[in-house]
Amino acid sequence: MGAGGLPCYSANGADSKQSSTGHPPVSSFGSRVRKCQRPMSDRPNSFNAFLLPAVTFVVLMAFWFGFTALRLAPESAFPSPQSVVRAFLGDMKDGSLPRDIVASLWRVACGFLLSMVVGIPLGLGIGLSRNARLALLPAVNFFRNLSPIAWIPFAILWFGIGDVSTVFLIFLAATFPLTVSTAAAVANIPRVHFRVARDYGITGSRLLTEVILPAILPQVITSLRVTVGLSWLVLVAAEMIAGREGLGFLVWDARNGLRMDRLVSAMIVIGLIGIVLDRLLSGLTRLPSVRWGYER
Amino acid sequence: MSSVRFENVTCAFGSVTVLDRFSLQVHPGEFVAIVGPSGCGKTTLLNLIAGNLAPTSGSVAVDGNTRTVYQQDGLFPWRTVRENILLGLQHLSTPEERERAITEILALIGLENFGGHYPHELSGGMKQRTELARALVGRTDILLMDEPFSSLDYLTRLKLRQELSRMLAERPRTVVLVTHDIEEAAQLADRIVVLTARPTRISREAIVDLPRPRNATAPAVVATMHTILSEMGIEDSKP
Repeated sequence: MGAGGLPCYSANGADSKQSSTGHPPVSSFGSRVRKCQRPMSDRPNSFNAFLLPAVTFVVLMAFWFGFTALRLAPESAFPSPQSVVRAFLGDMKDGSLPRDIVASLWRVACGFLLSMVVGIPLGLGIGLSRNARLALLPAVNFFRNLSPIAWIPFAILWFGIGDVSTVFLIFLAATFPLTVSTAAAVANIPRVHFRVARDYGITGSRLLTEVILPAILPQVITSLRVTVGLSWLVLVAAEMIAGREGLGFLVWDARNGLRMDRLVSAMIVIGLIGIVLDRLLSGLTRLPSVRWGYER
Repeated sequence: MSSVRFENVTCAFGSVTVLDRFSLQVHPGEFVAIVGPSGCGKTTLLNLIAGNLAPTSGSVAVDGNTRTVYQQDGLFPWRTVRENILLGLQHLSTPEERERAITEILALIGLENFGGHYPHELSGGMKQRTELARALVGRTDILLMDEPFSSLDYLTRLKLRQELSRMLAERPRTVVLVTHDIEEAAQLADRIVVLTARPTRISREAIVDLPRPRNATAPAVVATMHTILSEMGIEDSKP
């Protein structure tokens, strides 16, 4: 057995066996020799896992440097990496960027938690009760397909400019997709789980906590990853119009001041925080009791 | 008492009548295997006993509680082997008692080192052993088995039949086994009920005249297989 449990057939081994039995080696024409290969692993080795993204990063940066160094476009339309770093440091030093980051993260946290508190129970209800499904699913689908951006005028009218408006918009963006996927996850629980539960006397609230919730958790975690990304996207749009601080407002403020260097610095921060949020939630998929949902 | 009695049971799904005035009695402690062509309503019988279905007319009297052994997919994937088996042990009041019972049954099914594994980390045979252990570990009166070994390879199937016999010797139960594996039926059961195609009737009952556990190649088992196969028209009745 080779490394990783794969059988290895070495060409040498086959040859020696043939000569020992006195048979001449079969002509190579038409014969197949399976060489012992290093097994393909799902897990890239740590060197590649580090190196390959670094290569992409370096190539992108080189293009950016080269493009701006050749002065193919004016600095005001295409800021150089140096000026973006200067803008980033400036916004860090005067404390405006940390303030914007905290404001944005706070809003996403509030809106996202609120959407979990509403969306997951709503999805459970729709998934478990036929009447709830008939009554609510069309409405949920309607709001799910309505861009939260369209709500911005109402958000400002009802809640003014600031935290409440943006939290409201994130809530609208995240709740309905979460509801739909929770309901679908509940509907997909194999019937055999409920039969086993009854055989072993699991009923009532224990059925919810010991069967239904663990059965849907892997799918809900996947959905949380999608909706947190969605929330982050909507947040920037919402803050551009309904904010007086936050990363979206920074984008808008930079644009109004024609400070494209600040704009690019804000864009990079937004993208990086988006990655961090996804990483935080993808950590949940490594919980031992949900691994089964991701093994295929 | 743990018995099952079907009396004039009719069961229809829409226009398809699966059972038509079907009667069958399973005695306490008896191991009954039900065989028959596919689609003849074998699983419907189990669903009626388990209470997943209600008969259209007639009565199904079940004396005792039932547990069903499924084809591996009955384990909760979010629970480890140990936690799955623990489900069957809720009648034990103290953690020490439960711990002792789990250790004992894990040894019985040869999974001492796999208590902390999740079902998706196990082979098909190991999952099926865990299902058996979970169903047998507690105070079940009637064990229902729906083709429990059909997704396993032949050797694993033979081994699990042995293990099932061994477990039943230690913890006797009334068993209703639905299978299309006639050898399995003849090796394991006291009585084999051969069903016809829909609407289902009992075409023959065969009693295996040899105490359990038995070898798959014991003459009485082979003779019973021949009886069943010739009843189903697959083997010549005079070899």
